[in-house]
Amino acid sequence: MNEVVGPQFAGPTFVRGGMQRRVIFNNKLLPYILLAPQILITLIFFFWPAFQAVYQSVFIQDPFGLRTQFVWFENFKMVLSDPYYLGSVRVTFIFAFSVTSIAMCTALWLAVMADKHIRGAGVYKTLLIWPYAVAPAVAAVLWLFIFHPSIGLLGRALREMGILWDYKLNGHQALLLVILAASWKQVSYNFLFFLAGLQSIPKSVLEAASIDGANSRKRFWTIVFPLLSPTTFFLLMVNMVYSFFDTFGIIHALTGGGPGKATETLIYKVYSDGIIHLDLGGSSAQSVILMIIVIGLTAIQFRYVEKKVHY
Amino acid sequence: MPPHIVQMFEVGTATMMAAREAIKPLHELMRVANVPFDPKIYVPAVRGYYSLSDGRMMSTPFNSSTAVMFYNKDAFRKAGLDPEKPPRTWAELRTCANKIRAANAANIGFTAAWPTWTQFEQFSAIHDTPLATRANGMDGMDAVLMINSPLHIRHVQTLMDMQKEGSFKYGGRDSAGDALFPSGEAAIIHASSGLRARIVREAKFEWGVAMLPYYEDVKGAPKNSIIGGASFWTMTAPKRTPEEYKGVAEFYRFIGQPEIVARWHMETGFLPITFAGYDRVMASGYYKQNPGADLPFRQLTRSEPTENSRGLRLGNMPEIRNIIQEELEKALQGQQSAAESMENAVRRGNVVLRNFERMSRP
Repeated sequence: MNEVVGPQFAGPTFVRGGMQRRVIFNNKLLPYILLAPQILITLIFFFWPAFQAVYQSVFIQDPFGLRTQFVWFENFKMVLSDPYYLGSVRVTFIFAFSVTSIAMCTALWLAVMADKHIRGAGVYKTLLIWPYAVAPAVAAVLWLFIFHPSIGLLGRALREMGILWDYKLNGHQALLLVILAASWKQVSYNFLFFLAGLQSIPKSVLEAASIDGANSRKRFWTIVFPLLSPTTFFLLMVNMVYSFFDTFGIIHALTGGGPGKATETLIYKVYSDGIIHLDLGGSSAQSVILMIIVIGLTAIQFRYVEKKVHY
Repeated sequence: MPPHIVQMFEVGTATMMAAREAIKPLHELMRVANVPFDPKIYVPAVRGYYSLSDGRMMSTPFNSSTAVMFYNKDAFRKAGLDPEKPPRTWAELRTCANKIRAANAANIGFTAAWPTWTQFEQFSAIHDTPLATRANGMDGMDAVLMINSPLHIRHVQTLMDMQKEGSFKYGGRDSAGDALFPSGEAAIIHASSGLRARIVREAKFEWGVAMLPYYEDVKGAPKNSIIGGASFWTMTAPKRTPEEYKGVAEFYRFIGQPEIVARWHMETGFLPITFAGYDRVMASGYYKQNPGADLPFRQLTRSEPTENSRGLRLGNMPEIRNIIQEELEKALQGQQSAAESMENAVRRGNVVLRNFERMSRP
């Protein structure tokens, strides 16, 4: 967002500075009152649990919390020296990179196609948005019915074609399957934003380029793509965060982190170690590490990358 | 305010026992509440699972199951096998599964649900072979896993060989394999006796139920199988009154009555957990109308439980189950040998056991 419009009754003044308008409130208290609900939610649902995670990560305790022992950073030492944790880091990066690139490229391609003046574009657009409304667990079950080696339509067809398709035992196939399912789920969201971005590009610019003799490929790469960069950057962030943290449901319902540990991402490991294995200290230590990664990523991106995004 | 009663699955037993201040052991509850109680009404394999090694019962058994073998009689006929003679041993099972595949009587010869439970926990009990030291953890928290024994490695190798020749298919973790039998996909399955209700409902073929197979050259086999399912734990709370405990104790007495046990068994497919309950079902003629419905009970009670077939009491057992599943999956993927998979499972499982021991130390 590049402009902030304040509530008129508070009598804000707009200050023009370059392209941006700034709002100055005359009432000192009002902004805080308006912010209070958001701050309260942030404190209760973000800061409190985050603090709890940090606190629990330096203890070992039984599932009932009857006995706790302060162990300094032993949980972190255990986690970081665990080869399965490092394996999970690898899986997570492969997963996040693949999901982000597949979901974004597909969505951009679909959006460019849908932006053309074709008959029935409205229906086409609506259909593309549907997957976003499907709950992750339901999405996983749909994929299961398609790709299950014994009861899935495509799964059976693949086997009949002589391809040894069995994602329950083949780790690569399992990872491929959760990547595809997670990407499919995210394409709709990306599609919406890309389409909106495309529609906000002034037609006059494109017409001018056409008159200058630029073909459609050239117009896309020299005008459309750069003008889309704020949307692309925003989606990059959202997709990374999505694949890191929001794909639990799909993985849980499709593979449960297996076979072996082939689809166990960092967030899934936090769940299985904490909830299934009741290792609260180790699981908290992993959450803290994840928190540090996210804080770092966000800081770097906002600080350095956003500045290079052209409007 | 914690609840009065918590229903906990069988592999959570060690975790509950370690929560000393949070629970009220059954024997203590019944004594304090002054409710007449005789642990002997429960069948030994059930009683033993929830008792200390000195025999004092810690929780109230309720829904207990055991693992059995279901087989597709139509597929047996199609493969030229006698549908009234299910395989008794692993060698026979392998022959049957191969014949079924050769005749294409089913897509899968043999599969197993709950891989750790049916192929390791039940397997060890039936072969009178320890899964862990210290009587499978019943005698102390310092137990270590023993599934790297020659018998366990041999069994993983059998599964790997059967997979290679096409007579076995891994059905996935936990209950994922269940679906393969009622759909007719797999001709033979090792699964919970509780799967019966679903098979009755869904299977469009004639089926039978049999006891789990064993290796006939193993001395002492076959022994009784062990249970799965859950039991009731009484929870303590600072302001809980004697009257409340009395109510809980009366409830336990109520659900242990023969008619309740019998009704629960017939309506759900879980086991009759008391002898009196079993006799009552027998007298009602239920087993005559439902042949094979008493087979899980007969398998569970076919021998006096030994040190190796009393049950398991290992800390964080759910995590150990997952570890065994993961290592088995890696062996079936061809990433490691049978021996390596069991060595890895033991090494990783023992870390879990030591952490639990340390965490639960008073």
